[in-house]
Amino acid sequence: MRNLRALEGWIYERLVALSGIASVVVMVLIFLFLFRESVPLFRDVSLRHFLFGRDWLPISEPPSFGIVPLVAGTFAVTVSAAVAAVPIGVGAAVYLAEIAPRRLREGLKLAVELLAALPSVVIGFLGIRLLVPWVKAVFGLPTGFTALTGAALLALMALPTIISVAEDALGAVPGTYRQASYALGATRWETITRVVIPAARSGLLAAVLLGFGRVIGETMVVLMVTGNAPIVPRSLFDPARLMTATIAAEMGETVRPSEHYHALFAVGAVLFAVTFLVNLAADRVARGREAR
Amino acid sequence: MGRGRRPAGTYWRLDPDLVARRARRLRVERLYSWGLGLLAWSVVGLIAAILGVIVWQGAPAISLEFLTQPPREGMRSGGIYPAIVGTLYLVGFTIAVALPLGVGGAVYLTEYARPGRLTRLIRLAIVNLAGVPSVVYGLFGLGLFVIFLGLGTSILAGSLTLALLILPVVITTAEEAIRAVPRSLREASLALGATRWQTVREVVLPSATPGILTGIILGMARAAGETAPILFTVAAFFLPRLPVSIFDQVMALPYHLFVVSTQIPNMPVELQYGTALVLVGLVTGLNLLAAAVRARYRRARRV
Repeated sequence: MRNLRALEGWIYERLVALSGIASVVVMVLIFLFLFRESVPLFRDVSLRHFLFGRDWLPISEPPSFGIVPLVAGTFAVTVSAAVAAVPIGVGAAVYLAEIAPRRLREGLKLAVELLAALPSVVIGFLGIRLLVPWVKAVFGLPTGFTALTGAALLALMALPTIISVAEDALGAVPGTYRQASYALGATRWETITRVVIPAARSGLLAAVLLGFGRVIGETMVVLMVTGNAPIVPRSLFDPARLMTATIAAEMGETVRPSEHYHALFAVGAVLFAVTFLVNLAADRVARGREAR
Repeated sequence: MGRGRRPAGTYWRLDPDLVARRARRLRVERLYSWGLGLLAWSVVGLIAAILGVIVWQGAPAISLEFLTQPPREGMRSGGIYPAIVGTLYLVGFTIAVALPLGVGGAVYLTEYARPGRLTRLIRLAIVNLAGVPSVVYGLFGLGLFVIFLGLGTSILAGSLTLALLILPVVITTAEEAIRAVPRSLREASLALGATRWQTVREVVLPSATPGILTGIILGMARAAGETAPILFTVAAFFLPRLPVSIFDQVMALPYHLFVVSTQIPNMPVELQYGTALVLVGLVTGLNLLAAAVRARYRRARRV
C-alpha cells in the first residue's frame, strides 16, 4: 500500500517534470522544423539572392525568391506603428499608474484587456469596413489598402501590451522615491517626469520592445488591409506586403514540397529569428531592472 | 525662552513671486494631467466604439437561423452553425491538451524545479514561446503535425497547434496562482505525513484552482480567436456538414470571418458583422468570465 503510493507519486512526479521541460522541447522543435523545411530552398537559390534579392515572384517562370520587398514592407509598417503607439501607450500608462483615481483605474484596465482580447481578424475586418474607405477618401488615394492603414491598426493592437507592461514598470517604482521627491518640494508633474519615469526606464523600454514584438508577428490585420503588393513601398501611402501576410496568403496554394513551400518556411525562419531577438532583448532589459 | 524672541512671521513669509510662479506651474501641470487623461480616455472611447459598432451592426443579423443553419448560396445567406461548432471543438481539444501540460509545467516550476541551468532554460523557452508569431506556429503545425506526423489538415493537428500557442499563457497564470498558495499550507500537509505529491494534489492544486481557471479561460479565449495558426492546419473554407472524427477538417469562426470579409464578392455586410459579433461575443465573454473569477478570488483571499 505504502509502496503503491510512493510509486504513484514517483510516476506523477516524472510526468510533471516532463511537462516542465515540454516548453523547451517545443522551442527546440520549432527551431528544428523551421530550419529543416527552409534548408532545401538553398539547394537551388543562393542565400544571397534570398536575403538581398529585390523581387518576390514565387509563381513566375523562373521564380524569384528575394525577401527585400517583404522585409521593407514589414519594416515600414511596424516601425510606423511603434512610433505612433509608444507615446500614446506610455502616456496612457502614466495616467493609469500615477494620475487616475484608484476607482477608475480598474475600469480602464479592464477596457485595455478587452482590446487585447479582440481577435486580430476582427480588427482587420473593421479596418476593411471603416478605415480603408476613410484613408482612401481623406488622402485622395487610388486605394485605401496601404501601409498607413496597416500601421494605424497595428498601433492600436500594440497599445494593450505597451500600456500594461509600462504600467507595471511605473507601479514597481518604490513609493519612497515619490515621497522623497515631494519632500524636496517637487510638484507631481516634476516627480513623474524627473523621478518616476527615469526610475522605470528599463521597464518602459521593455514595454516598447514587447509592443514591437507583438506588432511584427501580427498576421491577419496586415494580410487584410495593406494591399499585399510585393514591392518596396516608396511611402506609407503605397500598398505593402509583410512577411507574415506573405506566409498566410501563399502557403495555402503551394505544392508541398516545392521551392515555394521551402521559401515560405525560410521567411518564417527570418521572422522567428527577429522576434526571438526582440523578445530576448526585452527579457534582458526587464531582468536588468530586477537585478538592481 | 526662544519663542518670545523669534520675530513673528519670519519663518513663514514666502517670496510672493515664488508663490505666484508655483501657482502658475501647478495650473500648467493640471493641464498636462488633463491631456494625459484625455489620451487614456480616448483609448477607452475607441475600444467602446469598436465594441459598439460590432454590436450595433451585427445584432440585426443574429437570429435562430443564423446560429443553427449552415451557410447557403456561397455564404451569402444562411447561418454560421458549422463555424460555431468547429470553433467549440477546436477550443475543447486545445484545452484538453494545454491544461495538463500547462498545469504540469507550472507545478514543476513551483514545486520541484531547483534554481539552475535547466530552470533558466525553461523560463527562457516560455518567454520566447509567448513571443513567437502565431503564423509561425501555423507553419510549425503544418510541418510537424500535418505533414511529418501525417495527421493531415484535421481537428487534431489544429488543436495541437493552438495548444502549443496558448501553453505560455496557461503556464504563467497557473504558476502565479500556485505561488500564491501560502507555504504554511504545504508545511501543514507535510507535517501530517503526506508525501510531496499528495501535498501537491490534495492541498496546493485545490487552493490554486481559481487562479488556474483564470488562465485556462484566457487560453480558451485566445484559441477561439486565432486565425493564422489554423489556416493550414485545420480550417475549411466551406464545409456544410459537421465533423465526425478528430481527423476531419472544420470551419472556424475567425477563419470564416476572414473568408466572408475578403474572399466573397458582394457579401452582405450584415452577415459579416453578424459573424464578427458572434466571435467577439464568445471571446469577450470568456475574458469577462476570467476577470470575474479573478476578482472573486482576490476578494475571497483578502477575507
